[in-house]
Amino acid sequence: MDFSFSDEQQMLLDSTRRLLTDNYSVQQRRQIISSPEGYSRSIWRQFSELGLLGLNIPAEEGGLEGGAISTLLVCVAMGEALIVEPYMSSAVMATRAIAKLSSSAQRSEWLPRLNSGTVIAVLAHDQTNGAAAQAVFDDTVAARSQNAWRLQGRKAIVYHAPLADVLLISAKLDAASGTGTGLFAVPRDAPGLRLEAFTTVDGQRAADIVLENVEVPDHARIGGDVSATLPMVLDYGAAALCSEAIGVLDKLFSMTVEYCRARVQFGQPIGRFQALQHRMAEMLMHLEQARSMAYLAAFWCESEEASRRAAVLSGAKVIIGRAARFVGQQAIQLHGGMGMTDELMVGHYFKRLLAFEVRFGSTESHLQEYAARFLEPDRDGL
Amino acid sequence: MYLNYTTEQNRFREQVRLFLRANLPEDIRDRSLNGEERVAEDIRRWQRILHAQGWGAASWPKEFGGTGWSPIERYLFDLECALAGAPPQLPFGLKMVAPVLMRFGNPRQQQYFLPRILSGEHWWCQGYSEPGAGSDLASLKTRAVRDGDYYVVTGQKAWNTLGQNADWIFCLVRTDPSAKPQRGISFLLIDMRAPGITVKPTTLLDGTQEVNEIWFDNVRVPVANRVGEENQGWTYAKYLLGHERANIASVGTSRRQLRQLQRIAATQLRHGVPLLREPRFRARLAQLDIELTAFEITTLRVIAADENKAAPGPEASILKIKATEILQQISELMLDAIGIQALPFSAAVPPSSVPRSEWQHLSRITAQYLNFRKLSIYGGSNEIQKNIIAHLILDL
Ligand SMILES: Cc1cc2nc3c(=O)[nH]c(=O)nc-3n(C[C@H](O)[C@H](O)[C@H](O)COP(=O)(O)OP(=O)(O)OC[C@H]3O[C@@H](n4cnc5c(N)ncnc54)[C@H](O)[C@@H]3O)c2cc1C
Repeated sequence: MDFSFSDEQQMLLDSTRRLLTDNYSVQQRRQIISSPEGYSRSIWRQFSELGLLGLNIPAEEGGLEGGAISTLLVCVAMGEALIVEPYMSSAVMATRAIAKLSSSAQRSEWLPRLNSGTVIAVLAHDQTNGAAAQAVFDDTVAARSQNAWRLQGRKAIVYHAPLADVLLISAKLDAASGTGTGLFAVPRDAPGLRLEAFTTVDGQRAADIVLENVEVPDHARIGGDVSATLPMVLDYGAAALCSEAIGVLDKLFSMTVEYCRARVQFGQPIGRFQALQHRMAEMLMHLEQARSMAYLAAFWCESEEASRRAAVLSGAKVIIGRAARFVGQQAIQLHGGMGMTDELMVGHYFKRLLAFEVRFGSTESHLQEYAARFLEPDRDGL
Repeated sequence: MYLNYTTEQNRFREQVRLFLRANLPEDIRDRSLNGEERVAEDIRRWQRILHAQGWGAASWPKEFGGTGWSPIERYLFDLECALAGAPPQLPFGLKMVAPVLMRFGNPRQQQYFLPRILSGEHWWCQGYSEPGAGSDLASLKTRAVRDGDYYVVTGQKAWNTLGQNADWIFCLVRTDPSAKPQRGISFLLIDMRAPGITVKPTTLLDGTQEVNEIWFDNVRVPVANRVGEENQGWTYAKYLLGHERANIASVGTSRRQLRQLQRIAATQLRHGVPLLREPRFRARLAQLDIELTAFEITTLRVIAADENKAAPGPEASILKIKATEILQQISELMLDAIGIQALPFSAAVPPSSVPRSEWQHLSRITAQYLNFRKLSIYGGSNEIQKNIIAHLILDL
């Protein structure tokens, strides 16, 4: 076992942190959220200059090819800064989908532009990652017609869809056209494609997607039947989301400890009260358990061993989800009235954690997924 | 021991139900049941309707225009109102400053203020907390300096609930800075229209503006608006806090919310099956329902024991903690019930990105979950209530 990061990885983390400390103040973040676009193009360009957008692009295509551990570290930094840019959606998930599933022609069509930040792509799949089993609509179907595909249906709550230039839309093939699931690159302004956009509870842009007879050419289809391959991309995304949550938890926790050191009531810092000391000790324990699972998730998320990979990711969602709830709630509680305000960042970190709990399958649904594994005979540990 | 309502109590309850069915306006009820943001005018209108019936102040004695009901009858009234979806009556006048005026105010103050609280003409708010004085309330700094027949008040109050609508504010102010913190405080009634008062809204994490900062800049307050003795304000303040805590314990609201949760769980599907049929979820729901039943009896025990006492005792702290824990747990379970649909949210975003009606309805559940974090903070935080239990009940 080796828990250390390479010098290269550490440098990547440091430079990402530096970039965000210098360019992503609370004030700047507020302005970005209330801007019409809902994200900062200039930050996006800087991500590209630092190579962050190419972290999941193979070296032969001009990327850094950092893999899961580097992505983990960058996402932690993104979480600390509570960014609203589509890093996870575009640079991690969609980029990974194209890099792993598409033809070499498609790779050279998209990857350089994703790397340079001129194109933002968003994967529009079942946002519950299959695990939630929650009845949010996803009834998209693809039908073959001559040399094109016709897409029909809806996708619910797709993060960053309003910012995307291209949407990677998954769709069940209709009976006449074949079997399995297809993935299609659809320009956001394609005729028949409509977005119903909104802002999410954690300050990001998202949309429901409505597809009415959207036609895309043959070469817009990425990969063949992606039923078996798409889950790998999603698990990779889930692991990235877990790392982001660690950044959020870290920051929220240290903000709370700082506050308890500084806030004086009854003639002493409230951090002196044993009741609060114990609470913070519990928060720390949650945080460390969460960190362990985020590491484990990053380590396993590229594995071809599907069932083990899924178990680790479910476990991570459960442990980090529980931590998110406890640490989030207690951070507000320990800040007293100040924790309830929009002015302090506490509430904003709290809301990002709330979103974490339900994205990519809720804590409860992952617990049940994990529990179902005990039905298999003679399983031992992870 | 007999743990059921008597025939007379049941008859009383039925009478309240009939009244509510006939008199609670539908539009007010719907807004309140949908969990929409509280509309000030709804609160005013409902108070006028209750007042016309002679039920404006359930908890007051008859001599001041109250109902003279027994504690159990008062409890049943609150319960039925909450179940029916009536908006909560504004507590600041009726349940906070009024008991103080009745006990410590002079006849002139009682005759002027109490009828106006009862009719809803005066909207009151509470000016206790300050930026530097929350849990440690006695460290408050707002100064009141005597100048002839006036006090000149300067300072800042924080977290003032619904003060944007208020006509009057009751304030704790420091009149003797040299005395020990608890000994130099006085209790003043201040007209919100007095020159020198500025109200500045505070936006909360759910995007609402239900609390305010209130600034006092050399505000002149007649000495006649001081309640009781100068520098004795702490005694009155604590008397009031007991009432505030006992008042937060609302079984009816929790019951209604639990019913709503049950309805939500019946429509939300997992694996195509209603959540209500899912054993783990149903067990959590059951756990809360049992908890609430126990809490109902605990509340009634405290009420019955308090029947002959002037003010609620430290047991009010038990009620405050439990009531807020139950409400927070219900709101958490609602959040869990809607799952990923908790994400679309409209508060404080550019107008172009308002969610569709379908999400909008559910985003109220998210908003309530965010907003209800306040329950364990205000009215004396739950940590402070535990300190009170440890000191005053356990004598530790
Ligand atoms: C939505 C809302 C509405 C409110 N409405 C009003 C109103 O209308 N009028 C009014 O006057 N006030 C109001 N308040 C203020 C409320 O009473 C205070 O927020 C509360 O007393 C806590 O004070 P604080 O916010 O300064 O937190 P602090 O006192 O700074 O407390 C911070 C944390 O430290 C803990 N703590 C403090 N002391 C101790 C201790 N000795 N032992 C253990 N833990 C401790 C607290 O429990 C809390 O977790 C409102 C507050 C909110 C959030």
